[in-house]
Amino acid sequence: MALFGSRMRTDPHSPVDLRDAGMPFRVRPAVMMAVTLGGGAAAAPLPARAADTPMYYLETFGAKGDMTVPLLWGLIAVSVLVVVIISAMVIIGILRRRDPDLQAGGRIIAVSRPPGGIGWINAGLVLTTLVLIGFTAWTVDLMARIAAPGREPAFTIEVTAQQFWWEARYVDPDDPARSFETANELHIPLGEPVRIRLRSTDVIHSFWVPALSGKTDAIPGQINETWIQGDRVGVYRGQCTEYCGQQHTNMAMRMFVDAPDDFTAWWDGQAADAEPTSPGSLADAGRQAFRLRCGACHAVRGTRSGGEVGPDLTHLMSRTTIASAMLPNTEGHLSGWIAAPQALKPGSHMPDTGISGPELHAIRTYLATLD
Amino acid sequence: MAEPHQKIPQAGVATPELEARLQTIWETDSGLMGWIGTVDHKEIGIRYIVTAFAFLIAGGIEALIMRIQLAGPEQSVVTPEQYDQLFSMHGITMIFLYALPILSGFSNYLFPLLFGSRDMAFPRLNAFSYWVYLASGLFMYSSFLIGAAPNDGWFNYAPYSLKDFNPGPNMDFYALGMIFLGISTTVGAANFVVTFLRCRAPGMSINRIPIMVWGTTTISMGILLSVPAVSLAFFLLWMDRQFGTHFYETGGGGEPLLWQHLFWIFAHPWVYIIVLPAMGMASDVLPVFCRRPLVAYTLVVLGTISTMALGFGVWVHHMFTTGIPFLSMSFFSGASFIITIPSAIAVFAWVATIWTGRIVVSSAFLYFAAFIAMFVIGGVSGVMTASVPADLQLHDTYFVVAHIHYVLIGINLFGVLGGLHFWFPKMSGRMLGERLGRWTFWTIFIGFNLGFLPMHWTGLLGMPRRIYTYPQDIGWSAMNMVTTVGSFIFAVGFAMLLINVMVSLRRGAPAGANPWDAPTLEWAVSSPPPPYNFAVLPVIASRHPLWESRLDEGRGDSSLERGLLLDDGKEMLVTTPIDAQPDLIVKMPGDDPWPFLVTLAMTLGFAALLLHWWWVAAGAGLAILFGLLAWLWPRADLGQKREPGHA
Amino acid sequence: MRDAVPVAEAPLQIGSLAVGSVARRASGWWGMVTLVATEAVLFSYLLFSYFYLATQSDPGRYPAELPSFTLSAPSTAILIASSIAVWFAEKGAETGSRGRLVTGLLIGLALGTAFVGLQVKEWLDKPFTLSAHSYGSMYFTVTGFHLAHVVVGLVILAVLTVWSALGYFDRQRMAPVAIGALYWHFVDVVWLAVFFSLYITPHLR
Repeated sequence: MALFGSRMRTDPHSPVDLRDAGMPFRVRPAVMMAVTLGGGAAAAPLPARAADTPMYYLETFGAKGDMTVPLLWGLIAVSVLVVVIISAMVIIGILRRRDPDLQAGGRIIAVSRPPGGIGWINAGLVLTTLVLIGFTAWTVDLMARIAAPGREPAFTIEVTAQQFWWEARYVDPDDPARSFETANELHIPLGEPVRIRLRSTDVIHSFWVPALSGKTDAIPGQINETWIQGDRVGVYRGQCTEYCGQQHTNMAMRMFVDAPDDFTAWWDGQAADAEPTSPGSLADAGRQAFRLRCGACHAVRGTRSGGEVGPDLTHLMSRTTIASAMLPNTEGHLSGWIAAPQALKPGSHMPDTGISGPELHAIRTYLATLD
Repeated sequence: MAEPHQKIPQAGVATPELEARLQTIWETDSGLMGWIGTVDHKEIGIRYIVTAFAFLIAGGIEALIMRIQLAGPEQSVVTPEQYDQLFSMHGITMIFLYALPILSGFSNYLFPLLFGSRDMAFPRLNAFSYWVYLASGLFMYSSFLIGAAPNDGWFNYAPYSLKDFNPGPNMDFYALGMIFLGISTTVGAANFVVTFLRCRAPGMSINRIPIMVWGTTTISMGILLSVPAVSLAFFLLWMDRQFGTHFYETGGGGEPLLWQHLFWIFAHPWVYIIVLPAMGMASDVLPVFCRRPLVAYTLVVLGTISTMALGFGVWVHHMFTTGIPFLSMSFFSGASFIITIPSAIAVFAWVATIWTGRIVVSSAFLYFAAFIAMFVIGGVSGVMTASVPADLQLHDTYFVVAHIHYVLIGINLFGVLGGLHFWFPKMSGRMLGERLGRWTFWTIFIGFNLGFLPMHWTGLLGMPRRIYTYPQDIGWSAMNMVTTVGSFIFAVGFAMLLINVMVSLRRGAPAGANPWDAPTLEWAVSSPPPPYNFAVLPVIASRHPLWESRLDEGRGDSSLERGLLLDDGKEMLVTTPIDAQPDLIVKMPGDDPWPFLVTLAMTLGFAALLLHWWWVAAGAGLAILFGLLAWLWPRADLGQKREPGHA
Repeated sequence: MRDAVPVAEAPLQIGSLAVGSVARRASGWWGMVTLVATEAVLFSYLLFSYFYLATQSDPGRYPAELPSFTLSAPSTAILIASSIAVWFAEKGAETGSRGRLVTGLLIGLALGTAFVGLQVKEWLDKPFTLSAHSYGSMYFTVTGFHLAHVVVGLVILAVLTVWSALGYFDRQRMAPVAIGALYWHFVDVVWLAVFFSLYITPHLR
């Protein structure tokens, strides 16, 4: 078979003849390498806008992320340069130093020890060391700057990560009555650093909103403190970034950066108890059904539903998503979620309760009142 | 019959009569007893290589299934639990059941040949290390039979690995399997270290040893110092799961981070362990195709050793997001930057060797040339993650997945494939098809880069690791599809390689003793070598014995045709560690069933522990004890017992 | 004039070499060195875990009573004595005295067994169990690993005693004795580290 090269000489001491082994057509190795790397690079999109790629972090919208972006770009630039230079040296070296005399006769015998090789090593080591020292200095300096915000954070959010959702307790240092609990959708005021204290009740999770900041783990048995700041009004996606079980994939969150007045309004709304339902209405029937079927796990402040196992639903309708930012908060999705959560998010801790028909309709009507 | 206390080895040349006699003394018995009892390092080396390739294929299939699942958004080719078991077993298989064993296989095959010697220091232990590797790999894979494969990733963080969250036997398979495998890894490492120190040809002083041997021996020291950490980590996990201890479990004062420390104290050195021998292969093979010795041999050796040593001082860089103190993070970040320096020495040495050499292109050469570029890509992405603020974004995203595959595939696999092309003729007596070899190389190279280069970008787009799917509108779909396509091209290339191997074994062109005109001692014997390797043991005078007449180095000539006769039974020469002066003649054991039988007892023991059959486990322990006694009982023919008549 | 022996021949003129397993030049001895290295590192990781949990966890989790020296001090002395006995046995082997060899091994064996007895008694007297809290888990695991190594050492000493009594060893052929002695001394040194960490450092807080 031609693929396996021509028949070799049977002389046991003769080295192999590589003449016949080249490609059947002339494709220079440099071109092959360029095609591959270029193909990989060309397939990559240009730096994207946040809307198309909400988890992209080479363009950020918060102080911590912003301080890190230049370092990331610096590292990328130097890395690409190093790869290009060394690859070029390899390719060009091969092309230049390929010895036709050695191939033509088929008999490879010449060896030598030309001098001067050590200069490469010295030059390479010096350059490498200088570059690394530079990045080390930049790294440590940046670490110091992002360790704490420029000024005292306005308030603290106590975030408790659990399989597979994010509990957030907003603590007002001046007025405890204004503290409240919510889940999965966090709001922060524009341009203000906010302290975040991370806990976990079960396994290790990691809190990450890439467009604003790097990540911090939530580890059972300890409290990890970090801070975050948003400098542009908008919605930013976050996701758990430490494998935590079957639904690690769907443990997302949303962080809203609000203008100051909007933020105050949001806080006031969240801190209030749920509006009472009018007696005899479908919503009222739904409230009672909710207490029986859902209240053991879910709390609605102002009612007798006080469960601490699942998210606080007092202001469910103020959220744009449900199931930890997995599904949009619409009537259809909500019904589907309540009726059969295991079909949508198998392994999550909300059991299939078999709620359906009129009961489901009532509960849904009730939930629609929880603004 | 007891051995005399002293002997004077004679010098001579290889005669047909001598060769026939040595053949009878050294060859493995035929039949079942020979198959389970062989202590021939070449047979054991090939077993390691074949078994490791089998696990590579298994791990590759696991990866391809995952790539199908991830090719597009919101797919359900597999369930979440299945996906979790797949990504976990993919990592476990590749990192533990393929990456080191394949290198152990090459080293096992080559050490005695490179040393001008006849066997490893501990032939029966060698056989044992293979059987335990096979048994522990099968033990872990048997978990698939009951759908309970490990599912917490290869780094298996607590508390998710504890009983509360993972009640099934998945974690127990992993914990016990890793302790079991650790026994193989440890004894294998001990064997390499002692062989390196004692079993070299006279005159093969410490500065005349091939770089691949330095690589393997250095990592063997690393194994001895790091594997206990992971064995302990898994033992403590197994205790927490079985007996309610509180090592990692916070309720009783345990600490999840203790797991991470113990695991990474092992696993960071481990990633150097699985690449340094492959780097050594590059350092030994590239020069053959550059027709000159490696530039800066001594610096490369020192770079190898310091990379391994520094590798013990950077483990916390896997934990930058866990809330450790500022000072600790700065130290480990700095150390992670510094470790680049010794590993860069090798890169510059290779480039210098190419630029000052005269290149002969072959498939083996292409793999090692590509290796250099991919080593650098993997290295720079590693440097990026060394920087703490950068890592706080990059950590646990596909950027890290890209990094690890460039270093693991780019260094380990490409090195292995280059090594396969280079040493296949020696092992089989036939050449691999060179034209198919070139096509295979380009397919693998293009497929791999198409698959993994985009992953850097996917990671920068924020895709986390270990997710079984992703939303439609998040911008990851295109890159994932490209990666999937690339990975299948890569797989096709690998299939072409397997075809090349299988066809060439039957119909490849016959290889002579030295088809590449290479300088080291394995090329001085026939292809494949006889069971006794060298009919007369050579005496060495330089680093490149077969190139000596054409280079000038060393003080005189190596003596290859005329050498030492050690043919009074199975005998081998032992030399001093640094200068390789002759020190001792050792008697070597023949085929022995006890390593296999002890492995069987151990397998029974670990299975019993998994099932909580405590009395059976105790029985297996006793069986192991008896097996070891039978194995180690002093034997006169090995010179372990006194002769009658002596005081 | 030609040299009597050609230069290339000189490296092949080796002279007389010993054959077989010769004391500390036996491969097995070097193998035991690597085993000692890896097991020593195992114990350092165990002690690392002990100190990590000790410094990271709530002090209230520790038992009110610190570990006492009542049993541990004598058992330490006994273990050191057993090492001396084994050293004595090794010297006996090196000088070709089977009597000293077997006696030393038997005394080492007896003292080692006494150590095991005292350790087990101490375990039974503890008011807490393995699963009580992280300290209990750590205490029993660290001392348990050591105890397991001692038991293995006792088996080794017993086997060596049998082999010695059977007359297998002499001045040159005594590698197993040197190898077993190395292991036993290692077990002793590990105990000193464990003793210091678990029994002495709590008193230094």
